[in-house]
Amino acid sequence: MTARILTVDDSASIRLTTKVTLSSAGYEIIEAVNGADGLEKAKSGQFDLIVTDLNMPVMDGLTMIEELRKLPAHTGVPIIFLTTESDADLKARAKAAGATGWLTKPFDPETLVKIVRKVLGR
Amino acid sequence: MSMTDPIAVFRMEAAELFEQIESGLLDLTHRLDDKDQIDAVFRGLHTLKGSGAMFGFDALAAFTHHCETAFDRVRKGEKPATSELIAAVLAAQDHMRALVDRPTDDHGNIGDILLSQLQRAVEGDAPVTAPAQTVPMEPVVKAAKSATNTWRIRFSLPVNSMVNGTNPLGLLDELRDLGECRIAVNTSAVPSLDVLVPTDLHLSWDVTVTTDQPRSAIDDVFIFVLDDMQLDVETLADSSGTASAEQTFQAEQPAPVAQAVAAIIPAVSAAPVPAPAVEREAPSANDARQAKAAENVRVPAERLDELMDRVGELVIAQSRLRQLAGSSMDLQLRSVSEEIERLSGELRDTMMVLRMVPVGSLFGRFRRLVHDLARETGKVIELVTEGETTEVDKTVIERLADPLVHLVRNSIDHGLETPEERRAAGKDEAGKIMLSARQAGGEVIITIKDDGRGIDRERVRAKAESSGLIQPGAVLADQDLLQLIFAPGFSTAAQVTNLSGRGVGMDVVKKTVETLRGAIDITSLAGQGSDVSLRIPLTLAIIDGLLVRVGTGRYVIPLSAVEECLELSLEEDLRSRGRSFISLRDSLVPFLRLRDLFRTGTKPDPHQKVVVISTGTERVGMVVDQIIGDHQTVIKSMSKLHHDVATFSGATILGDGSVALILDVAHLVAAGQQQEAQVRAAG
Repeated sequence: MTARILTVDDSASIRLTTKVTLSSAGYEIIEAVNGADGLEKAKSGQFDLIVTDLNMPVMDGLTMIEELRKLPAHTGVPIIFLTTESDADLKARAKAAGATGWLTKPFDPETLVKIVRKVLGR
Repeated sequence: MSMTDPIAVFRMEAAELFEQIESGLLDLTHRLDDKDQIDAVFRGLHTLKGSGAMFGFDALAAFTHHCETAFDRVRKGEKPATSELIAAVLAAQDHMRALVDRPTDDHGNIGDILLSQLQRAVEGDAPVTAPAQTVPMEPVVKAAKSATNTWRIRFSLPVNSMVNGTNPLGLLDELRDLGECRIAVNTSAVPSLDVLVPTDLHLSWDVTVTTDQPRSAIDDVFIFVLDDMQLDVETLADSSGTASAEQTFQAEQPAPVAQAVAAIIPAVSAAPVPAPAVEREAPSANDARQAKAAENVRVPAERLDELMDRVGELVIAQSRLRQLAGSSMDLQLRSVSEEIERLSGELRDTMMVLRMVPVGSLFGRFRRLVHDLARETGKVIELVTEGETTEVDKTVIERLADPLVHLVRNSIDHGLETPEERRAAGKDEAGKIMLSARQAGGEVIITIKDDGRGIDRERVRAKAESSGLIQPGAVLADQDLLQLIFAPGFSTAAQVTNLSGRGVGMDVVKKTVETLRGAIDITSLAGQGSDVSLRIPLTLAIIDGLLVRVGTGRYVIPLSAVEECLELSLEEDLRSRGRSFISLRDSLVPFLRLRDLFRTGTKPDPHQKVVVISTGTERVGMVVDQIIGDHQTVIKSMSKLHHDVATFSGATILGDGSVALILDVAHLVAAGQQQEAQVRAAG
């Protein structure tokens, strides 16, 4: 079964790159443009993985994750941060909020696919 | 082309990468040990491979992979960069372009041939290099990896790992992928069922893995949990000591482990597929390039053209508004009209700048052409470029590419001599081709200059006569004779070579330049070389014009060509009757009475005006009835019926909706000069 991935980013080009990268790797991609949109879409569907930006308008990635992890349906769903931030404190906060992993922008598409495969384990 | 089409995005990226690779390779031909360029080429190939694979260009990715591997050896210093290798990679790059352009075509075995060439180029130098550098590939690769080791890995994950999306089964699968693996699970920390939270993780593992991967590969498995987990890795022995590793602890079969975990946490996938080891988190190689790309916004050229059209319409509408406001007494309307005029002028200027690209992007591709042609002809050629930063309208650049290629080929094929001939003529063995660009007034002048044998005027004449282009013995000005090489059907090539005579004649060059409203000048000295200059207007779309009236007709003179305007005094007017030049601050300037030229029947205005226009070197005065003022001119091309009317270069629509013709400055100046020459010859 094709894994469904929700990508959340306010940058259209990053969304496009992520979408292109991951759909060429055989995944089904649903896009959201910020944390609030992401939360909405995550609630309304079942996802195998969420890839999200950190700094976004309306709702940031950290808040979105905290909200998601409160929902039983989203316990255990891997969430990867795709962010330009590489600050250790921020990583720690992301983990505390429930992030599974992170990847620093700019990212190499190959690496993204590897990370996704790794996290999805398929 | 849409920016939402990933393939289009990739093709744009690929085009940039090809440029980066090619320019790196060409730089390397001069400095074979330039580490930065070697790295740049390698990075380019690497990125191309990566993105190619990402966008489904599998053939490209596979082919590029081999080139990347070859270049990697150069990068690591295992092989020196040689001109053979560079030529081979350049040739391979052409194939990559083809794979990008036509990924689904059958490219036959070109790829294999190129790869075997590449192979020879990499291996061919073996005898001359130091023994250390001739070590074959395999041992080096093995040496790069650590020797086979057996590791004992004990780890436990944070209690909330599974809640946070980490799948322990996936990690175990990754460890299995590293090599022969034995896994034992420790369930002692699992609480009794009544207090067990099913999503919490209380297991720990004891894993023995025999692998040739380095220690870092183990860390990579745990990359996301490394900071929070307990991980204890120790080396047990090398591969010969595997037996002792087995003695160290009692191992269980992996299968029951998986079942155990799956039973506790049903949500966790129980069907893992082996996952590849994770490499670096984000390769730094791409960082700089991607960061740089982020500073620019890419816009398809058509959108710029659309915007240009809109700006053109706006300018026309604005000039109508100005006319309305001008005839109105409403001061507020006038002030708004002026404001809009200023804004639309600024908008137009900004639009122009957006469309301007440095001509260097055009010159860049000639380095490759010259490199190839030098190899092909056996001539030694030095390419010098100048004025790369000169900016020209993008459309002009695109349209000029082919004519310039043709002119450069022509210079190399016909102009430059062989090294032997040059030595015999007492010249430097290396022939020089100089490409330069500079801006002069509203034009950009691109010059292709060589120091070859020059154009043989007798041969040109003989050829033109034999092909019926001119009457035998016809008297021609030198420039006209030289211009014959641009006549359709003219070619002095004694035989059709690979370089010239490909069916695209020099006449196409001239035609293209003319459609750009440009002109070609040739100078040539026997034995010293030729100089072909293309004069092209900076932009094709909107110009600042000077609106004048002759009789009842209105005409636009490109403002960039206007030097000055002055009144033709009655005295001077009478004095100049029957003559064709006026005295302008102690110099004589030929002039044309546009009333005469256009056969205007109306009564002339009492005070005639002279507009002095110039092409940079020559100038001519034009007598008009009235100077109306400056006018932002949106150039519309003339209809097919009128395209051969030489006096006008186009038309524009005025504010009141009527049409004004745009005077062709170069043509009028030439006509004025010619008239002067005739008068002088007669007088």
